[in-house]
Amino acid sequence: MTEIRLKEVKKAYGPVEVIHGIDLTVASGEFCVFVGPSGCGKSTLLRIIAGLEGITSGAVEIDGAVVNDIPASERGLAMVFQSYALYPHMSVYKNMAFGLENSKMPRSEIDARVTRAAEMLQLGDYLHRKPKALSGGQRQRVAIGRAIVRDPKAFLFDEPLSNLDAELRVAMRKELAALHASIGGTMIYVTHDQVEAMTLADKIVVLQSGRIEQVGTPLDLYNRPCNAFVAGFIGSPRMNIIEARAEAAPDGLILSGAGFRIPIPAVDGLAPGDACSFGIRPEHLDMTDGDPDLSATVTLTEQLGGETYLYCDGDGLPQITLHRPGQLAVQAGQQVALRIDRSQMHVFDANGDTLANGVGA
Amino acid sequence: MGKLAQMMTARRGRGRLHWTDVFSYVYLAFGVVLMFGPVVWLVLSSFKTPAGLVEFPPTFLPLSQIEVEVEGHRKPLPLYRTTLEDGTVRDLAQIRRIGIVSQMVDPENPDQTYKVPIDQREEIREFRLALENYSDPLERFNFLKYLSNSVIVTVVATAVTLLINSMAAYGLAIYQFRGRNAIMVFVIGTLLIPITVILVPVYLVVTQLGMINSLWAVILPGAATPTGVFLLRQYMLTIPKDLIEAARMDKASEWQIYSRVVLPLATPAIAVLAIFSIMWRWNDFLWPLIVLNRSEVYTLQVGLNAFQGELDVQWHYILAMTVVTLIPVTLVFAFLQRFITTGIANAGMK
Repeated sequence: MTEIRLKEVKKAYGPVEVIHGIDLTVASGEFCVFVGPSGCGKSTLLRIIAGLEGITSGAVEIDGAVVNDIPASERGLAMVFQSYALYPHMSVYKNMAFGLENSKMPRSEIDARVTRAAEMLQLGDYLHRKPKALSGGQRQRVAIGRAIVRDPKAFLFDEPLSNLDAELRVAMRKELAALHASIGGTMIYVTHDQVEAMTLADKIVVLQSGRIEQVGTPLDLYNRPCNAFVAGFIGSPRMNIIEARAEAAPDGLILSGAGFRIPIPAVDGLAPGDACSFGIRPEHLDMTDGDPDLSATVTLTEQLGGETYLYCDGDGLPQITLHRPGQLAVQAGQQVALRIDRSQMHVFDANGDTLANGVGA
Repeated sequence: MGKLAQMMTARRGRGRLHWTDVFSYVYLAFGVVLMFGPVVWLVLSSFKTPAGLVEFPPTFLPLSQIEVEVEGHRKPLPLYRTTLEDGTVRDLAQIRRIGIVSQMVDPENPDQTYKVPIDQREEIREFRLALENYSDPLERFNFLKYLSNSVIVTVVATAVTLLINSMAAYGLAIYQFRGRNAIMVFVIGTLLIPITVILVPVYLVVTQLGMINSLWAVILPGAATPTGVFLLRQYMLTIPKDLIEAARMDKASEWQIYSRVVLPLATPAIAVLAIFSIMWRWNDFLWPLIVLNRSEVYTLQVGLNAFQGELDVQWHYILAMTVVTLIPVTLVFAFLQRFITTGIANAGMK
């Protein structure tokens, strides 16, 4: 069981700083997912933990010991690469045994460990094949097997599923979750896919431009995003975020903008006249016959049978996405009146920081 | 065989011969003659007798005069087709030649001799391989010693070359450091310096190290080749960085990464360099000639030079031994070319 702690970690390539002081603790046995758009530094951060990249300042601690100057091979971590990085000239068995041979483990122990891992990953029949002769999913398993046999202090995954097709990705995702449940090690997982993050993580770290935006459990981030970026990044399809201005009203405020005036209860930190924005997830928007908050024209409908997505345009509004369970009898071109569930409405200030997650009662 | 026939009759389209077909075949045939002609000529000539070699006009096949045993003569006598004074043509053996007249004898009837002007007789020749060109040097000259010296030089030098060149290439390909490209340019730059320029300084160094007249004097100075470093380094650059990092995560030491990951993946480039090195070392003449002065350390190429005296060049031996020295390199090439496949090392990726 291993705890990994980052303290004020900074990383610069020459004059360009790419990681701007990260503080983070990954608790022992935790499945921690780094998520963020490409170029946000999530892979760099993982490689810093692995020891494949140095840091400019700060400290990386594994189980309380600072490992800044300890090379990757001595840190006792195992990494699964995006490209798998299997040794093409070695058989599956050799690929898995390589790390153990390097640590001078007795033959019999190596054999036992490789066999056990192969069994766990259903690779038993392929042990003597070269990676070339394996499918993408099998290669992925070998890469994971290579990490498992080492019995590492922690597992590091660098976008391990991004080269698989959609179906296999879902299957491997479940296998990874099962794997974590069965071996229970500390795992750090990098992905740009927020669905992977939501489904796998105990804790999600949302990164942007080398900074941590928010850390929390998946539902924490979903329900209480701390700023507009996290609100937009977590959740699929993404949250509708609409620019507005606050106006005074007798019993609270009115958010007004192009073609809408939405009365809301008072929000701490939002004064009449302030520029702001509000967000509402597609699943928290509904069509109404009564007084609409927003009105828009449907431009595209996606009927999936069990659920329906509507994409709507309104004057001066960004595209608004609506997600309802069941089948809706709505055609493209139809006018819809939309009502916002106030309790699920997020209000952000002019800088994008959250003022309220849910307004009113 | 079918494939060969297919290759030899390949043409541009399905129909008649296009002029480009004719052109291609003529051009390729010219190429074959240009490349193989001298080798074929060398091999055929190596089986000719000294007399056959200097003959003009030269014969294509190795021919030699038939000699017959004649009663009353100790040595076999050469056989001639002779036109006698009466116009009859007989096969006679020559006993001796006096000026423009030769004294002939009929092998069937040894008592009868003839006197024939030499322009009335013509040599009778048959196809015969002068195998003594091969057997004599093997017995009389220290051929096996030269051969073993050459083999030692070639094998050891190639092993040393591959080892140090691949290690240098590893450093210049895998590690990122300031001045990496400058060093590479410097290494390549040494290609500009011809060996004749550094001959004397290198000789002085070798002498100071006391290596004159030892095979090390041949092996060591040329072991690090810029060509080899460049070739291997460029190939190693194509090895995905992830593999090296995966090996690092797998607790591999630098030596293990080099020997167990990078070297096996660089096999095609290593094979190319091995072929080059073997050819360079086996055919090297100038440097061994300079540093090897005692015949027991001669390599084959220097040994061959011994057949070439100041006044007398023993062409038949030189040609025969040249053929022998060609055989190993040819075999090595035939064996190693299988490894020169351009498969890049990313079969385990993605």
